Amino acid sequence: MNAISKPGLPAPSYPPHARTYRYDEVDREFLQERIAEFTGQIERRLRGELTEDEFKPLRLMNGLYLQLHAYMYRIAIPYGILNATQLRQLAMIARRWDRGFGHFTTRQNIQFNWTKLEDVPDIARALADVDMHAIQTSGNCIRNTTTDEYAGASPDEVVDPRIYAEIIRQWSTLHPEFTWLPRKFKIAISGAPHDRVALQVHDIAVQAKQNAAGEIGFEIWAGGGLGRTPILATRLRDWVPEEEFLAYLEAVLRVYNALGQRENIYKARIKILVRDLGEEFRQRVEQEFARLPKQRYRLDPEIVAQIAAHFAPPPFAALPDNPAGFAGMLAGNAEFAAWAGRSVRAHRQPGYASVTISLKPIGGIPGDASAEQMEAVAALAERHSFGEIRVSHVQNLVLPHVRQEDLPAVWQGLREAGLATPNIGLISDIIACPGMDYCALATARSIPVAQMISERFADLDRQHDIGECFINISGCINACGHHHVGHIGILGVDKRGAESYQITLGGSATNDAALGELVGPGFAYDQVTDAVETILRTHLAHRRPGERFIDTYRRIGLAPFKEALYAAA
Amino acid sequence: MPLLENGRLVADEWVRVADDAPVPDQPAILSLARLRSEDLAGRNAKLGLALDPATQPEEIAALLPRLSLITVTLPKSKDGRAFTQARALREHHGFTGEIRATGHVLPDQWRMLLRCGVSTVEVPEGADPAQWERSRRLVDIAYQPALGAAAPLGLLRRRLETV
Repeated sequence: MNAISKPGLPAPSYPPHARTYRYDEVDREFLQERIAEFTGQIERRLRGELTEDEFKPLRLMNGLYLQLHAYMYRIAIPYGILNATQLRQLAMIARRWDRGFGHFTTRQNIQFNWTKLEDVPDIARALADVDMHAIQTSGNCIRNTTTDEYAGASPDEVVDPRIYAEIIRQWSTLHPEFTWLPRKFKIAISGAPHDRVALQVHDIAVQAKQNAAGEIGFEIWAGGGLGRTPILATRLRDWVPEEEFLAYLEAVLRVYNALGQRENIYKARIKILVRDLGEEFRQRVEQEFARLPKQRYRLDPEIVAQIAAHFAPPPFAALPDNPAGFAGMLAGNAEFAAWAGRSVRAHRQPGYASVTISLKPIGGIPGDASAEQMEAVAALAERHSFGEIRVSHVQNLVLPHVRQEDLPAVWQGLREAGLATPNIGLISDIIACPGMDYCALATARSIPVAQMISERFADLDRQHDIGECFINISGCINACGHHHVGHIGILGVDKRGAESYQITLGGSATNDAALGELVGPGFAYDQVTDAVETILRTHLAHRRPGERFIDTYRRIGLAPFKEALYAAA
Repeated sequence: MPLLENGRLVADEWVRVADDAPVPDQPAILSLARLRSEDLAGRNAKLGLALDPATQPEEIAALLPRLSLITVTLPKSKDGRAFTQARALREHHGFTGEIRATGHVLPDQWRMLLRCGVSTVEVPEGADPAQWERSRRLVDIAYQPALGAAAPLGLLRRRLETV
């Protein structure tokens, strides 16, 4: 990629806008070394030199997870950013080594559900060809850091979180001390006042800020998480200066690695340690931070500047807002207007917009995309979004930088690919875990429940009438579908051999983060959709003009919903 | 157990002493309880401590001047407390003696243990030192500051290690 300049010729000019972090030769060499190491580990396992117990953590930290029917290979999409070449390669992998589709996850990654162990080294090399990998997408280590899918595009952004997410990615990659933690570890970072990354449910949450002097610093929270013990994060520090950012992360991880529980897997997340130690946890972190050799862990501003250069803005044209082609289409085409109302988002650059692509077609599997759809999105990104694509934590895709005048063409392209469902933020924009269709841990089906609900509310006018409402579905208590923080949360459990679905209301994963309240006894598989319908009818009956579901719920409380759901019983 | 240091098996001059056995007049590794209870004032031979994974290095800070060796233990290969213990011993307490990794250590972990300040490792009977060495050398790029001398490579580390 980086050709060497010859004497006498002008230096090659690279676009300052790299879309993703641009690998250098050292980064590429590192991936090759890591592939060689993992290939060797697979061979040792096959020769019996490693027991399954020994091999398991090694394969997990290389992204390979054993599911119900096959291995699942989870590929890292660092902080959810892809370029078009990478997305095309994912399509190629889906076609060649899977069943022609991939599944985008709530950690902004992609997973392939039908992977053969012997194919893994080849897939890893195909990923490395486009500067991608599957490192630390599973296992008890620091996972892919997530961030705002509108980073670098959103009008309300104060600090570009991609820069620090990339710093965290590099720092945490094969960290010598934190690769054998008590349990998995997830970090999220936001650089905008509006939380679009579900900060409060992360092991470490970072709010990047700027002070009056223009300096960058970080508010740090720890100990959030879902699973069987959902807990919102605790604030540790209001301000960590940029230079001390990595030192502070080191301090939090050290306290956790030393003191986190290891006997009981359900008590091993940092949230339990933070909850049990309370103020003492914060004091221990501060004590560790105070004695760390600050020079060794100093984040050099020059490094920050170098990495920031990778995320320079694309070469935007000077354009007016609301050009005629866009405004005319909005006025004249109701279908386009309905889509734009859900999918088009304001951009910081006049004349541009961000487009959210729904991976939630009515009756589809939330987060799934076929190889053809990935290629269609890659082509649209190249034509209309500087070759850049984002994955959102609600399992959709984003074209971050689209000219407003191009929106009708983008819409057409998405329609042709079956990707123009105008349901972003509506009740069929469901988060669902793979559930019993794929996962060995699941106790109930999750995807078919999402499909049933989506089909029941297939009428998009009705969805629009109901308004913004997030339904999150998990097929077991581990809560991969984030049910605790759904406006309507659905948890499938096994109750004496039958699937039973518990419903919670009022959860939220944004600035007003809250865990949902259990509405009452669970519902059978074939009753869940009716229950959701009853909940939404209750909302419509009580709502005041302009209220979203969550607003109505907060005003009237659980009682009216409970009554409507269980009155007949 | 064979002892690995700098890529080869080396003789082990240390003996582990059970809590109810007499302390011999040669380099001896004792438990924390034994070190605290035994009167070792007149002893000349070197002393070592078998550090339990649950013990925090600050709890043994007062003993460190007397110790020439500390063992850190991985009860299972996935239990990584030893990594933080070793690093704290070097970084916060300035311990310069031998730190020996024991227990269920995989060759794949050896490189990372070294980068946390460990100096030797007990390997299983019959282990091939060449395989441990190959495993250590498989990845020679790192992205974060750590302990031990190593060539500065990788963007973040290239900068941070030179500080």
